[in-house]
Amino acid sequence: MQSCMKQKFTLTQQDALLGFGLILPSLLVILGISLQPILSTLYLSVFESSRGINAEQTFVGLGNYTSLLSDPVFWVTIGRTLYFTLVSVGLELVLGLAIAQLIHSHPPGWQFLRTSLIIPWAVPTIVNGTMWRWIYNADYGALNGLFLQLGLIDKYIPWLTKPDVAMNLVIVADIWHSVPFIALILQAALATLPVDLEEAAAVDGANALQRFFLIRLPLLRPAILVALVIRTVEAFRVFDIIYVITNGGPAFGTVTISYLTYLETFSFGNVGRGAALSFLISIFTLIMAFVYIRILYRPEDSQ
Amino acid sequence: MKTFRSIAILILTLIVLASMMGCAPKQPAGPVTIRVLSMEQAGPTVDEMNAIVGEFNQANPDIKVEIEYVAYDALHDKITTAMASTPPAYDVFLVDDIWYAEFAKAGYVMDATSRITQDMRDKIFVSAWDITTVDGKVYGMPWLLDEKYFFYNKKLLQEAGFNAPPKTWEELVEQSKVIKEKGIVEYPIVWSWGQYEAAICDWVILLYGNGGSLVDANGAPAFNNEIGVKTLTWMIQTIDEGITNPASVSYVEEDVRNVFSQGKAVFAVNWNYMYDLVNFNTEESQVTGQIKMALMPAFEGSGVESATINGSMGFSVAATSPNQDAAWKYVEFLTSEDIQNRYSGHLLPIWQTSFQGENLTKLQSYSPANETTVPMFNAQFPYAHVRPKVPYYPEASKALQLALQEALTKQKTPEQALNDAAAKWIELAK
Repeated sequence: MQSCMKQKFTLTQQDALLGFGLILPSLLVILGISLQPILSTLYLSVFESSRGINAEQTFVGLGNYTSLLSDPVFWVTIGRTLYFTLVSVGLELVLGLAIAQLIHSHPPGWQFLRTSLIIPWAVPTIVNGTMWRWIYNADYGALNGLFLQLGLIDKYIPWLTKPDVAMNLVIVADIWHSVPFIALILQAALATLPVDLEEAAAVDGANALQRFFLIRLPLLRPAILVALVIRTVEAFRVFDIIYVITNGGPAFGTVTISYLTYLETFSFGNVGRGAALSFLISIFTLIMAFVYIRILYRPEDSQ
Repeated sequence: MKTFRSIAILILTLIVLASMMGCAPKQPAGPVTIRVLSMEQAGPTVDEMNAIVGEFNQANPDIKVEIEYVAYDALHDKITTAMASTPPAYDVFLVDDIWYAEFAKAGYVMDATSRITQDMRDKIFVSAWDITTVDGKVYGMPWLLDEKYFFYNKKLLQEAGFNAPPKTWEELVEQSKVIKEKGIVEYPIVWSWGQYEAAICDWVILLYGNGGSLVDANGAPAFNNEIGVKTLTWMIQTIDEGITNPASVSYVEEDVRNVFSQGKAVFAVNWNYMYDLVNFNTEESQVTGQIKMALMPAFEGSGVESATINGSMGFSVAATSPNQDAAWKYVEFLTSEDIQNRYSGHLLPIWQTSFQGENLTKLQSYSPANETTVPMFNAQFPYAHVRPKVPYYPEASKALQLALQEALTKQKTPEQALNDAAAKWIELAK
C-alpha cells in the first residue's frame, strides 16, 4: 500500500495532500457554519414569500433577481455604495499609510501614538455612529460649536439635511473609525521591511520620495492588498453606521445596498427579495476581491 | 477501515447527544419567565416601566417578568426578527397602531377576543379598542392613547409681544416673523421631519389641518392632490423663510424635545410625554415653568378647526408564546385602571372611567403635568386622525417618507414626489 502511494504521488503532491488533510477539520466547520446559511438564502431567493407563521411561498425562479436588476433604485443604490466604498477606502489608505510612516519614523511619543490609535478602532460601530450623530447635530453638536469658535462659520449649519453632504459626513465618521486598522497593518509591515535596500538606494543618490515610491511602496504591496480587500468588502457592506447616523436619510441619500437589503427583509417583509439582494451583494464583493487579487497579488511577493 | 468505523461511531454518538439536548425538558422549576419588549421613547420613562414590573413580580411570585427597551424606530423590526424563532424571543411586545394589520395577517399576535370582558369593553374608550382590533378580532390591550400636541414657550412668546398662541398656521407664520425680527430665537418652530415614521405623523397633522386626507373612502391614496401639494409647499416655504428649524429634516421627536428644552424654539409639535419633561424636569430642561399647550392649529379657509395624529399603541402577546396565560396576566396588569391612573404622568389612561366625575379630579392630581394634559387630551382627541390600517403599511410609509424628504430637500417638486409615492401605494395594494 505504502509503496503504491509513493509511486502515485510526487513529493509536491504529497505536500499538498498533507496540507489538505491539515485544513480539513477547519474546512468542515467553516462549511457547516457558512454553507448551510448560504444554501438556505439561495433557496429563499427563488421564492416570493410573505412574512409570518406558516407564510405562503410561491416559486418565482430568478424572478427576484430580474426584478431587482431591472429596478433603477437598485442601480442607484449600487452607485451610492460604490461611491461610499471608493471614497472611504481610498482616503483611509492614504491616511493610514501616512500614519504608518509617522509611527515608523519613531517620533517622540510614538508608542503612545500607536496605542491610542487602537481607540477609534476598538469603539463599537454603533457607539461610533451615535457619537458622530451627536457631533453633527445642528443645534447642539460639537462640530458647529468648533467651527463657530474657530470663526469658520457665522451661524450653525444643519449638516445632515442634504443627501450628498450627509453621505460625505457618514464617510468621515467611517474613516475616523477605520483608518487605525489600515495604519496598524501597514505599520507592522513597515517594521519587517529590509533596511539595506533603502540604504543602498540612498547611497546611490535616490531622494526620499524616490525611495518611498520605488522601494518602500512596492515592498508594502502584499500588506496593502490584505488591508484593501478586507476594508473594501467591509465598506461595501456598510450598514450600522448609516442606520445610526442618518437612518438612510435624507431622501434615501445614504441608503447603501446593505441598508436596502435590511429594509426589504426586516422592515417590509419581502424575504425572497432580501435574500436575492444579499446574494447579489456577495457576487459584487467576490468580483471586487477578484479584481484586487489580479491587480495586486504577485506570487513572487510571498516568496 | 478501523479508523473509519471509530469516526462513524463518534459522529453517531454526537448526533444522538445533540438530539437529546434538543429534547431536554423545557420547563425549569420555579417561576415562569415572561419576556417583554417595550420602547424607550415617548410614553412612560424606563424607571416608571421598571416600577410597574416590580409591582407585578411582587404580586405574582409564580411569574417573573423581564423587560427590555428599544427605540421606537427599531421596535417593528425587532419584533419581526424575534418572531422568526420558536419559542419567540419575547412573550409580550408593544405594537404600534399601524402594525396591527400586518402582524394579525402574519399570525404574530395572539387573538385575545375571548379574554376581553364586558366590563373592560364598557369602561375603555371605544376609539382605544380600534387600535388593537383587526377585522373584528382583538389582538391586544390598548395602552398608550396618544396624539401629538402643540407646545409653546409662553415666556418667549410674550417677549415677542403676543399673549395668545396661534390658532392657525398662517398666524404662526406671522408671529414667527416678529419673533425672528426681535431676535428672540433664530428658528421659531422645530418639527420631526426626518426620514422616520415621525415625518408621517407631522405630515398628517398638516394635511388634515388643510382639509386633506391620506386615503379616500376606498383606501386609495388621496394625498397627491392640490391640498397635498399646497401643504408640502408650505412646509418647504417655512424652511426657506427660516421659520422652521432647517435641521427638522433630520430630526425625530427626541431632537425636537432637546431643542425645545434649550429654549431654542418658541413652538414645537410632540407627544404628550414632552410636557412633563420640559415643564417640570429641571435636569432635562432649561425652560421649566414656561411651557403651555394649545389646540393644534389648522390652515385658514380649510374649514378645519384643528387636526392631529393619533399615535396610539397596544400591548400584545406573541401567538407562539408557550406561556400565553401568564403573559396575558401581565398585559392586563399593565393596562389596568389602577396602574394606568397611578402612572399617568407621561401617558393618559385608556379608561374613560378615569376621566369621569370624582376620578377626573383624582387623575389630575396624580402628577403636576396632568393638570394641563388631561383637559388638553379631552380637547384635542376628537381631532385625532389615524393612519391607514393595511398589512403593507411599513413599505407604504417608507415611500411617503421618501417623497416628503425628496420635496423638502428639493430633489423633486412636491407634485412629482407625492405622485410617485401614491403610485407606490397603489402598486402595494395590489
